[in-house]
Formats: sequence, C-alpha cells, structure tokens
Amino acid sequence: MIHKFKLRDHNILLDVNSGGVHIIDDITYDLLDHIKPPFDDKCPQGVIEELSKNYPVGDIEECYGEIKELYDEKLLFTEDDYERFALTSVASPIKAMCLHIAHDCNLRCEYCFASTGDFGKGRKLMTFETGRKAIDFLIKRSAARKFLELDFFGGEPLMNFDVVKQIVEYARSREKECGKTFRFTITTNGMLLDDDKIDFINREMSNVVLSIDGRKEVNDRMRKRVSGSGSYDRIVERFKRFVPVRGDKDYYVRGTYTKYNLDFSNDVMHLYDLGFDQISVEPVMAEPTEPYAITEEDLDTIFKEYEILLDKILKVREQGGHINFFHFMLDLDQGPCAIKRLRGCGCGNEYVAVTPDGDIYPCHQFVGIEEYKMGNLDEGTFNEDIKNEFAATHVYSKPECRSCWAKFYCSGGCNANNYIYAGDIHNAHKLSCSIQKKRLECAIMMQALKLMDTEE
Amino acid sequence: MKHIKTINKANLKKTAEKGGCGKCQASCQSACKTSCTVANQKCEKDA
Repeated sequence: MIHKFKLRDHNILLDVNSGGVHIIDDITYDLLDHIKPPFDDKCPQGVIEELSKNYPVGDIEECYGEIKELYDEKLLFTEDDYERFALTSVASPIKAMCLHIAHDCNLRCEYCFASTGDFGKGRKLMTFETGRKAIDFLIKRSAARKFLELDFFGGEPLMNFDVVKQIVEYARSREKECGKTFRFTITTNGMLLDDDKIDFINREMSNVVLSIDGRKEVNDRMRKRVSGSGSYDRIVERFKRFVPVRGDKDYYVRGTYTKYNLDFSNDVMHLYDLGFDQISVEPVMAEPTEPYAITEEDLDTIFKEYEILLDKILKVREQGGHINFFHFMLDLDQGPCAIKRLRGCGCGNEYVAVTPDGDIYPCHQFVGIEEYKMGNLDEGTFNEDIKNEFAATHVYSKPECRSCWAKFYCSGGCNANNYIYAGDIHNAHKLSCSIQKKRLECAIMMQALKLMDTEE
Repeated sequence: MKHIKTINKANLKKTAEKGGCGKCQASCQSACKTSCTVANQKCEKDA
C-alpha cells in the first residue's frame, strides 16, 4: 500500500508497510495513479499514451523504471505481513496506570469529558489506602516489566496533593525490593501550583502536563473557575514560574481547541510567545450537539489551519527558535517498532485507570462506563475477559483500519473515542481519523524537510 | 534516482522481528490523553 500527498510545493510518497518516505516529482506522482504491481519490464503503452499529453515519453519511461526498481528492492508496494504478529500476541503485563487521585476540580471547563471533574459519580478524593492498593496491584500485574508508569490525574490532582506525596513515597519504597522503577507524571490545571509543589513535582515527576488552551480569551471562554471567571491570569503566572525550573525533565503545555478557535495556530504561537516550547493542542471530543463541538463541516478549516501551523513552526525554526508540537513529532528512522504500532495506547491490556473508589477501568476515558468496569481493588476483582478483549483489539481487528494508510501511526486510534462516538471499540471515529491523517501528513512533511536539510 | 528521492531508512519490517519488548511508554500518558498517536513515541528497547 502507498499513500501520496502534496504539501508545501512537495509531493510525498509513503510506502505504508515499510515506513519508507520519498519525495517525488509530478510525473511520478501522476504515474502512480495509473500503475500498480506486479510490474512488467516496460511501462504499459496505454499509460504512456495517457500521460504523454502532459509529459515527455522518455521521462515517463524513466519514472516507471525507478518505481519498478524500488519495487524490486522491496522498498515500494511492500507487503503487509504484520497480521501474524497481531494474532499471536498474548495479553501483556500491566505496566501503566492512570490514578484518579481526585474526582473533583477547582475549574468548571465547559468541554470537560469528566463532567467538570467528578466523572458523573460525585466529587471524591482518593485515600492513601486506595492508592497503596493501586501501587501493589500495578507491581503484581507488571510481571517482568521494569519501568512502571503512573500518571496522577483527576479531576485536579493538586487538590489531593498530600496523598500524591504519600503514594510516591510508598511506591519509591517498594522499587528496590521489587526491581521496578516508577516513572511518575501528573496532569494539572495549575491553579494550586506553589513553590513546594513545584519542588516536589520537579524532583519526582518525569513528565508534567500543564493544561492551558492558549490566548486569554480562548482559555477563559472554556476554562472557568467555579465563580465563572477565567483561569488564564493565574495559571500563566504559575506555569511561567514552573517551567524555567523544570530543568531537563519533560513537560507539555496542553490545550484543547474547539469550534470557537479553529484558528488554533494562534494559540500555539501564543503559548510559544509565553515562553513554552513543548506544546500539545488537540481537538475537543464532544457530542456533535454541543455548540463548541467540532463537526465535519469544520474539517477543511482545520486542515488549512494545520498547514498554517506547520508554516509557523518552520518559520520559528528558520529564525533559530524551536517549538516541539506533540502531534508533529515523528521519527521516520527510529520510531516505535511495528509490534507497538499494532495496538496503540495499550488501554485495558497494559494500561488501566483507577478511580477514588478503587474501580478499575481500561483507561481514564472509560471511567464511568459500567460495561467496561474491569474490577475493584477493595474487592480484589479483575475481569480478565475485558483485558483479553483489549489484547485482541489491534489494527487488523478494526475493519476500517486494515485498509488505512495511517494505521501504523495512530495504531487504530483511541478505543474510548471509538466506543463513545462510533459505538464500538473496533469502529473508527471518522472525525478523529480525518484530523489525525492531516496531522500525520504535516508531521511527515516536517520530518522530510528536516532530513533534506540535514543532507544538504 | 532522478525522479524519486528516498529520505529515510524504510525499516519497519526489521523492527517487527525483534520488537515487542514492551519497555516503551504507554502513548496516551505522554501528553494527549484524548487521542492516540503512537508513531511519535520513542523506542526504549535498550533503556
């Protein structure tokens, strides 16, 4: 399978199954519309006649020869033979956990998928006892995995920070005896960040996700305090204090864009202008009836906006600056292995979420969906059937993904979005797919330009 | 080649044979939390 597209005056050709990326000229681009394997030694006469209206015959034949050469070397139209790996893979150890340390929040963001913090289940804080059980569960279920990931999530985790500290201390105390290394992360709206918390987070957390949507008017329209006033002024002041002392540890400022700010490249640039260079801004996920929801009719605008964002980021780079935009990150030479790419995030199989009640779900987005409740820490229950279902959920078990060029980049998309908006974890959520594919084209283009620069 | 410029190592096939060690990060934990982009994760096989 191949995928080709035009962007920024370049034609890009992706060989899906090998991951090969090529820059091609217009003749090759058009010729590929007319030919497919197996290839004869000579270009078919009918194709030459058709294309000779626009191109010299000698060039067409030359292009054909180059395509055939790459095909013969198994660099183009390579076969998809990964399904055997998907079918033989067995359920994995659990190595990552999203710990819902607080089902409560001090903001009332309009688009919150967690029903402004409580996931529709009432406002609650996790006790240390439940957190300890979660750590024990993760250690026990992680088998031989050395690195264990634990994300403190909410609601707003800083509302229960003493318990965060206790859980970190407990987990660290068990690392040596169990041969494990915990990698803690935290996702926060920043409202309660202070110097003590900043010190602790910088010491203990390998990554921090700081929620902010961008420009003040954009952020404050959706990310409101309980009183209804905006959160921008306070969080910007806290984040500006936090990031410079972060050292070499990872962080992202992470925003959500909605129908209200389809010009979101301005928000990315605003965040950069504030002094942040690790940035993720993502489309809101919402029922189409919500006024802020992104719908099919917005897609053309969004596609153009990603191209504008690409231009802006490249311009920053030309001027000696740097923006790391999460969804444009891609390593075309040494990204994740093909096996990793078959299953995506690993939710429900190697990744679970735990609520303040000790309930276990496949991930934070499934919390509250009873059908997918996997068990409870207090009761000592865990539904292996659900885990096995997720272990068997991969790009080859999703009909729309099988034939999609992007399957080894998004790995079948978000199972929760598939379930919530497309009715089944195996159904593609088409709106997400459309946006994902455009982001990938921009990401591939950006990396291709980088590699070309390096060669020159 | 005159018409096609290959710009990376097309090595996905090779990674399948020796991959699957499971050491790399669960992708959703890194920044997104609402979408899924796996290809931007790092391989941590030798970490």
